[in-house]
Amino acid sequence: MINEAKIIWQNGKQYIPDLKNVQLKAPFRGRPIITTAKVDEQALADLCPLGAIKTNPVSLDMGKCAFCGECALAFPEKIKFTQDYKIATNTRENLIIKEGDYKPVKIDKSKIRKSIKSIFNKSLKLRQVSAGGDNSCEMELSATGNPNFDIGRYGISFTASPRHADGIIVTGPISENMAGPLRIAYDAIPEPKIFVLCGIDAISGGIFADSKALDRSVLKNIKVDLYIPGNPSHPLTIINGILDLTRDKW
Amino acid sequence: MSRLPNLLRIKNNQSIDLGKIENLTYADFYALAIDLLKDDDKHCTNYFAYPYKDGLQFIMAIADDVHQDIIILSHILKGTDKQELKALTKENFALHIFEREIYENYGVYFTGHPWLKPLRFAHDRALKEIQINDYPFYKIKSEELHEVGVGPIHAGIIEPGHFRFICNGENVLHLEIQLGWQHRGIEKLILDKENLLQRTILAESIAGDTVIGHTLAFVQIMESLSNKKVDEQIHIERSLALELERIAIHIGDISALCVDAAYYLGANLFGVLRTPIINFLQLWSGNRFGKSLIRPGGTNYPFTDDLKQELWQILDNFEQKFEEIAYIVYRLPSIQNRFDFVGTVTKKQAKLIGTVGLSARMSDIKRDIRMTHPNIAYKKFPYETVTVKKGDVFARFLLKKKEIRHSIAWIRNVLSSFDFNSKKKQKPNYNLNFKANSLSISLVEGWRGEICHCALTNEDGNLQYYKIKDPSMHNWKALELSLRNVEISDFPINNKSYNLSYCGHDL
Ligand code: SF4
Repeated sequence: MINEAKIIWQNGKQYIPDLKNVQLKAPFRGRPIITTAKVDEQALADLCPLGAIKTNPVSLDMGKCAFCGECALAFPEKIKFTQDYKIATNTRENLIIKEGDYKPVKIDKSKIRKSIKSIFNKSLKLRQVSAGGDNSCEMELSATGNPNFDIGRYGISFTASPRHADGIIVTGPISENMAGPLRIAYDAIPEPKIFVLCGIDAISGGIFADSKALDRSVLKNIKVDLYIPGNPSHPLTIINGILDLTRDKW
Repeated sequence: MSRLPNLLRIKNNQSIDLGKIENLTYADFYALAIDLLKDDDKHCTNYFAYPYKDGLQFIMAIADDVHQDIIILSHILKGTDKQELKALTKENFALHIFEREIYENYGVYFTGHPWLKPLRFAHDRALKEIQINDYPFYKIKSEELHEVGVGPIHAGIIEPGHFRFICNGENVLHLEIQLGWQHRGIEKLILDKENLLQRTILAESIAGDTVIGHTLAFVQIMESLSNKKVDEQIHIERSLALELERIAIHIGDISALCVDAAYYLGANLFGVLRTPIINFLQLWSGNRFGKSLIRPGGTNYPFTDDLKQELWQILDNFEQKFEEIAYIVYRLPSIQNRFDFVGTVTKKQAKLIGTVGLSARMSDIKRDIRMTHPNIAYKKFPYETVTVKKGDVFARFLLKKKEIRHSIAWIRNVLSSFDFNSKKKQKPNYNLNFKANSLSISLVEGWRGEICHCALTNEDGNLQYYKIKDPSMHNWKALELSLRNVEISDFPINNKSYNLSYCGHDL
């Protein structure tokens, strides 16, 4: 007992008090910026293994980007990765970074459904569904609840049953074998509910986008409330995204 | 057997000319495989078929732990032949999973196989008439017994799989695990994508909790097929990352087991210790799982002097805290009481089903690729493997602790005796040309156990087949056996003590 108390005391407080302003160090790759420098745009676009870069003007789609860093290494004057991890947003367009645009990624408040802020701003229970996820996003979602990130302090947690949940958070490119169970879980959640895609596999299919073994048709009729980029998404990205979506102040 | 062929042997991470492989008759192949596999020092690390002329060529890779090499056996089934073979599984249970895979993918029927059922419901399978929701589970007709079905979606943040229990009251008589939900067609995609960087990113996504392990196997194959030599330093750096991955996951597993034993002090303190390790990977590569670190031909993220200093410090800190809390947890009567004699797999059973990695070492089987088929890093810095005896949840819980210690010792040894030259910068090479008509095999001891990748090139030097085997392929059966005659409420601690891969199995 005394030993245990000693260890607790020695370990002290483990939680990060301010999750909005953690200084991550390079080479961590957060929000990219694209300068107006002139480069061989086609070579830049061709180099990206995920097809995330478009030319004329140059843009980078964070919904596809694996954050492998190859583009910034080959064209350092054109693309740089900042350590800004607040890159989750509620529209697909906002994930696309444009040339010369150095502004932080924001949530488009006008597009948030009214019920989200009024109902989920104090407590939010999510059901996680891995649909072909590689278990890295899943582990980062688990990490949001660990003693460091401690998302539980905001009344957010993950439920066992969809019937107890306020929404669903999907990881993985949605394998055809999981498309059915995902739909069943979604339908089992009472209204109003939110729908979140976590990681590039879920947002765009990621590196699996061309695979015939996927079935992403369930996304056709579901409104996505939040896109959380990353491969996997960093716990800080996940937490900031969810809180920015559901609360004005936190 | 008509005549005994000279055994074709290759070393780990080597490649050979496909022409050197002798195709045996199936009768000879059968007799030889069964005979070789009787030996405790040999096990089948991979057995697959791929389209060959108008039929299939079957390749079996048998790891010989004494000779420290891999024996290659092969036979051919012509398209015009009856698509039926006598099941090897009848005489060697460890092969059951491979025959199931071949059966599902190509429709070759294995007579006498005790449970020739679909494996993962792959998109390109031959066996299309049966769908994932119609999996033929075992049934028992009895008034007293009932079935419990769990999944595919589980009560937590975890990958999907379906578990079907046959129970007598609280007691589990039988568990059958049905996987396939995670199938993404990754082997096919590796062939379809011609760009090596894309292929590497796919390898990183085989199992996102084993990024280093799988990507290491992948790049070793790519380098072997193209005769690309990388500096010794790169090899050592990769294995450093491999051991860090092991430490991070093991400590997370120990924490998760403490959660299930309702010992939250242990859960939290072990859980917190995972953070410095994965944050170190982030400091090194930019990603907490080490995605983007392992690349063919070199790396974009060399192991600098600063990183070396940092790692020393992190390990010192880690070890002190780890030992402090481990000293309490591993002696706690309530933990011992919860984990002892639960979910036992005996040495005999473990051998029978061909477990690998942690799931073998928990039952006193010394199977560890780092020791028996070492790559350049482990040749230079040998790793002494560690086993425990009991094969129960506590054995797995204990083994993780011991392996963490051994990994730390190995890393320290490397850091103190290897002369890292931070000026050396060997960059990745995504334009490798492969040798034509070759087969290459790579074995890596990931944190779960033996990862095996095999690749074949065609006459133009393009990849014609890529086969991935995650250790979970062998080890899911161990979880099923662990559940025999335990209470169903003991399922979570058993499951967590193995922590097997769904996507690594489903591909
Ligand atoms: S970091 Fe993103 S945009 Fe750049 S090359 Fe990699 S995937 Fe493409």
